[in-house]
Amino acid sequence: MNLLDVRDLRVSFGTPDGVVRAVRGLSFSVDRGRTLAVVGESGSGKSVATQTITGLTRGAEVSGSARFDGTELLGADPATLRRLRGARIGMIFQDPLSSLHPQYRIGWQIVEMIRAHQPQTSRQAARRRAADLLTLVGIPRAAERIDDYPHQFSGGMRQRVMIAMAMALDPDLLIADEPTTALDVTVQAQVLSVMRKLQQEFGTAIILITHDLGVVAELADEVIVMYAGSVMERAPRRDLFYRNHHPYTQGLLASLPSQTGRRLTPIPGSPPSLINPPRGCPFAARCPHVFDRCRAVAPPLVEVYGDTRHQSACWLGDGEAVAA
Amino acid sequence: MTAIMEVVEAPQIQGRSPFTLAMRRLRRDKVAMVSLAVIALIVLMAVFAPVFAHLTGHPPNEQYRDTGLTPDGLPRGPDGTFWLGTDDLGRDVLVRIAYGARVSLLVGVAATAITVAVGIVLGLAAGFLGGIVDTVLARLIDVVLSVPFLLVAIALVSVTGPSLTITVLVIGFFSWASVARIVRGQVLSLREREFVEAARSLGAGDTRIMFVDILPNVLAPVIVYTTLLVPVVIVTQATLSFLGLGLPPPTADWGGMINEAQAYYTTAWWFILFPGLALLITTLAFNLFGDGVRDAFDPRADRS
Amino acid sequence: MTPLLRIEDVHKEFPTQRREVVHAVDGVSLEVRRGETLGLVGETGCGKSTLARCIARLYDVTSGSVWFDGHDITSSSRRELRALRRSVQVIFQDPYGSLNPRRRVGSIIGDPFAIHGIAAGPERKKKVQELMELVGLNPEHYNRFPAEFSGGQRQRIGVARALALRPKLVICDEPVSALDVSIQAQIINLLADLQHEFDLTYVFISHDLSVVRHVSDRIAVMYLGKIVEVAPTEELFGQTRHPYTRALLSALPVADPDTADSREQIILAGDIPSAVGPPTGCRFHTRCPKAGAVCGSSEPPLEPVLDDGPEHRTACFFPLTIGENLSAAVLKAS
Repeated sequence: MNLLDVRDLRVSFGTPDGVVRAVRGLSFSVDRGRTLAVVGESGSGKSVATQTITGLTRGAEVSGSARFDGTELLGADPATLRRLRGARIGMIFQDPLSSLHPQYRIGWQIVEMIRAHQPQTSRQAARRRAADLLTLVGIPRAAERIDDYPHQFSGGMRQRVMIAMAMALDPDLLIADEPTTALDVTVQAQVLSVMRKLQQEFGTAIILITHDLGVVAELADEVIVMYAGSVMERAPRRDLFYRNHHPYTQGLLASLPSQTGRRLTPIPGSPPSLINPPRGCPFAARCPHVFDRCRAVAPPLVEVYGDTRHQSACWLGDGEAVAA
Repeated sequence: MTAIMEVVEAPQIQGRSPFTLAMRRLRRDKVAMVSLAVIALIVLMAVFAPVFAHLTGHPPNEQYRDTGLTPDGLPRGPDGTFWLGTDDLGRDVLVRIAYGARVSLLVGVAATAITVAVGIVLGLAAGFLGGIVDTVLARLIDVVLSVPFLLVAIALVSVTGPSLTITVLVIGFFSWASVARIVRGQVLSLREREFVEAARSLGAGDTRIMFVDILPNVLAPVIVYTTLLVPVVIVTQATLSFLGLGLPPPTADWGGMINEAQAYYTTAWWFILFPGLALLITTLAFNLFGDGVRDAFDPRADRS
Repeated sequence: MTPLLRIEDVHKEFPTQRREVVHAVDGVSLEVRRGETLGLVGETGCGKSTLARCIARLYDVTSGSVWFDGHDITSSSRRELRALRRSVQVIFQDPYGSLNPRRRVGSIIGDPFAIHGIAAGPERKKKVQELMELVGLNPEHYNRFPAEFSGGQRQRIGVARALALRPKLVICDEPVSALDVSIQAQIINLLADLQHEFDLTYVFISHDLSVVRHVSDRIAVMYLGKIVEVAPTEELFGQTRHPYTRALLSALPVADPDTADSREQIILAGDIPSAVGPPTGCRFHTRCPKAGAVCGSSEPPLEPVLDDGPEHRTACFFPLTIGENLSAAVLKAS
């Protein structure tokens, strides 16, 4: 059985301008020790989906199912979700400064976190564990720095503190939402290598939410490409880059700056509004291969290239997609 | 594409300004619209106060010592003649509330207008010019905000004697500083925004940047603050009147009426209740409307 | 031919609230040739954006000199600067922050004409609509407000405004960093087309090496207020000399699993030091796997090293040879 199984997740928000359908039928699963990357541009619904699963979206209309190790998360009572968050599901976000309390020492915050979930752990034991964790994520002189305040750390160091905190109770699942987007590349490389190391050591499952295909190539086992609230393609890492099927995936890769300086091939236009999403395929308006059927009916996510692990939501047949 | 453009006269697509969008959001806000309707009714009441006097046949300052008081000399309760009862001198409470609305609204609007005008000018100057101007104005703001308002007001009125002008000036003098502080803070952050740097990189001078780039962005928070300032001013005016620092009698105003009614709250509930309600409903309506305006102008909506 | 822009030993310092001094740009000399794109890369706090603002004369330099088109503009008067603004323009990073939210797009793009009193009324409007079409915006949207455009379209507005006065030099300060990949490519192509059409010279600033590599003819790499290496683009990537450049290149995630799995990855230790009291000697020696004793005491000059030609200059006492494995040095150092 998979650690996390999400089926047909739908999330919408009421806004003064109308109902925003942020996630429209998302299904995926993650296994222990594996990294699932969720890629998409802004507004694709990638962050909303995981926030909903962990009970962090307020005022949203949610349907579908998300089973975590046998427990249904959607509609679970706040106490259950609170017990799971932190203890069994760790989370790190793009901006570590907003997730750390500015007025408390980081060691104290980690100790409180541990003791909130494991009251039987003594303060001393929790503190030792906090120091070990900080060492583990590569904070130099962790034993001294444990008593520093968040503002005394640089951006990269803060993100490590966040990772230490998220890993404090040895969670089964780590949700990393754009964990390195705010960081410089050399620091990003450090943080990614820490995540990789921790996964090998603890067998944690990771959901990595990112817009950066480079980070995906570095870290993912499996990839989901989201667009306008729906999944366009799901594939093992190498297939996504070398044997992709969906025109949106191909468009994203062709948009990346190349080493040769040849002219880029951008995707024309911009993503559709999620208030009145188009009836057919959401990508139809920007797709170079669009035909009548695409505008009428949204294609389901189906197996392609005869590989059960590889699915694409496109009406094009295998041969046609390759030709593209 | 180019050819077509030249033949067809480019049609005008009218953009929706942040202000238009805010107004539209405001119109959709039911609470704000009901509050606005209540405010409109109060304004109508103030404007047509003489109509109340005419309908009831009771001028606001006429004392009905025979018909308006009980044989014991106490105020009369609401009945067919005095719809909301009478006060301790036998005057019609309803008519006096209507006339009192004139005072409240006049002071509310006049004092707020002075406050906002002075606040914007000084706040802009302090924030944009910076340097010594800013230092002096910022200290001045601090000083004004730390002066004990009531003590000074009492002292001032005891010297000059109570009048409408003094009330407006006193309130205006003590309120501009908070507006100036808001404007100054806004200007300080706007000055660092990239669009101001962009204007500079195009060669724009200080005056142009101040009036074309910064001022329009300051207006939204000022509008919000203004609608929330009106009820504060109205309550302040009522407070001054209640303390005997408002308008000289026999002019009707709500604070003064509540003051006069204090001694009668056990025997003549209508005397204190109706002026109190008038004050409460007015300030509540302005506050709820102000909340609506704030939500409508919420700067986060700019990015939608 | 004189270069379009030349800066010599430019320093820019900022006072902090604690009465310390931030050495944002710390002695940079550089030239930008007519028609080229010079890439400027580096991480947060390396001084690249400050340097750009010094070049555009949005900042006064603390010391050093700036020459534009053969004229010394280091201490130009206000009036001279106004004239300069017509030749040097900036495209800003944040397509949300760089457009005044309360003004119509037509008047934003028309700003340069209004400020310099060039065209008014229907003539200005016509020019603005031509510009809008040039950058791929619908001229019918003349009366719209910035909030009604997507991020990519807003950046096109910024480009149109910068091009209004037909400048010679355009400084692009992270122009695509805030945009999604698919939109980023549209803007990069647009900039390339415009450069070709109007003979523009670009200084292109970015923290994203892959973008800089794509657009630039030459690249200068900055670290803590200094240029550590400058070279023609392919040479910088093919014969990387400075250990910091190499680390930067290796840290860049590549959207290609085979490369990602096989390449040498150098994980630098620690963080970028503060620009308040930068390290002595070579600024990079505190994190450099190859640093020797001399690196902490004296500063390496920016000059050709090993057998490099005059185009390729590196500030390093121990430059990398081709094929040298830096990760081995990293392992040894840690």
